[in-house]
Amino acid sequence: MNEGSSALALVLSGDPALYAIVRLSLVVSLSAVGLAALVGLPLGGLIALTRFPGRAGVIVLLNAFMGLPPVVVGLAVFLLLSRSGPLGSWGLLFTPTAMVIAQAVLIMPIIAALTRQTVEDYWSEVRDELNAMGVGPLHRLMTLLYDARIALVTVLLAGFGRAAAEVGAVMIVGGNINGFTRVMTTAIALETSKGDLPLAMGLGLILMIIVFAINASAWALRLYAERRIG
Amino acid sequence: MSDLPVTLTKVTYAIGETSILRDVDLVVRAGAPTFVVGPNGSGKSTLLRLIMGLMTPTAGTIEWAGACDPAPRRRAMVFQHPVMLRRSVAGNLLYALEQAGVEKSLRDRRCGELLQKVGLADLADRPARRLSGGERQKLAFARALARSPDLLILDEPTASLDPSATLALERLIAQAVSDGIKILMASHDLGQMRRLAGDVVFLHRGRILESASAKDFFEQPVSAQASAFLRGDLILED
Repeated sequence: MNEGSSALALVLSGDPALYAIVRLSLVVSLSAVGLAALVGLPLGGLIALTRFPGRAGVIVLLNAFMGLPPVVVGLAVFLLLSRSGPLGSWGLLFTPTAMVIAQAVLIMPIIAALTRQTVEDYWSEVRDELNAMGVGPLHRLMTLLYDARIALVTVLLAGFGRAAAEVGAVMIVGGNINGFTRVMTTAIALETSKGDLPLAMGLGLILMIIVFAINASAWALRLYAERRIG
Repeated sequence: MSDLPVTLTKVTYAIGETSILRDVDLVVRAGAPTFVVGPNGSGKSTLLRLIMGLMTPTAGTIEWAGACDPAPRRRAMVFQHPVMLRRSVAGNLLYALEQAGVEKSLRDRRCGELLQKVGLADLADRPARRLSGGERQKLAFARALARSPDLLILDEPTASLDPSATLALERLIAQAVSDGIKILMASHDLGQMRRLAGDVVFLHRGRILESASAKDFFEQPVSAQASAFLRGDLILED
């Protein structure tokens, strides 16, 4: 197939424009994971360890938000950041920062919900031991997050996978501006509609390789941790 | 500061309609080891957990050194199936020392001493969850000693151990006794009871049927259930 070989040639040629797109994709999605983790890990841990009225509702809501449609998140963040919106004065719309915010909003519920489940399972296992040692609430949260660290890395990778693969949110708040806010997924969507299949396929290939590499390293980390940490 | 004596007054623990313990009066004082014995389901574990402060009685009161605050100060517990944190052997012990309020500069030395004491010094860097059952129980014991307890509660600690691991743990218990630590221990093992017990509390269906010195309990049990238990008969819950 002709497009296939030119796609491969494009990837191997190290085309700077193409690699700028790949780099921006990684920077945006990794920053989004960092931001979402900052909120999602403690939030999930907190919900796991506390009992309050309406807790079941919060958990159901969080689980439901794992499936938020990216375009809806994009629209919400767009309204928030647009000139007439509440945060319009920050001037962030159509910048990589806006894309980070949108993806962080998209994946924060995923990280929080999976963290909640992980921490709660682990807590039921060690509850008696920690209580017998008189571990206070804050220290308990830190202990459980630290001890569940390997499982939580997998949670973060799930968040990254979701962020790196979505188009809708970054398209709406980033605007797919060439050389500024164009990332792999928006570029693929654009190039496909323009008919530039080799570029679309090349980017698709790189995206797949990245996702594969991340999952492989997650798996390797798990195996290593099982042997080393138990 | 001590957690002794622990005074239980009319303590009842129920889950819904089912009472696990009923009207238990007991005082745990410093001195020789107290054994809590009785058939499965008699409420031994529940009693120990209440005394540890891990559960709250549905009725009645528990006082530690005259106060109702259940926060553990100088007491520690070793469970039948201890759970280790996902850290090294030393990491688990350092964690316990930190929680016990041992100053940071003293923790490493104390950790080394305790590992030496329980015979795990060679395994300090091993992941704690990879230990054998006997090793894990020793680590749990060291972790309990890290709290410098004056009351050490043991819930059938040797029930799933082989004889050599049981012997090793019994030696540690005897050492703790001679160090002046009060032992409160649930056990099924009559031989172990003869070797270690000073007093015996006999539980049957959530009530204390007998509370006596080990000598009296073995030589002249008062209740028919205790006699049957000592003969090694199977006591069935009916």
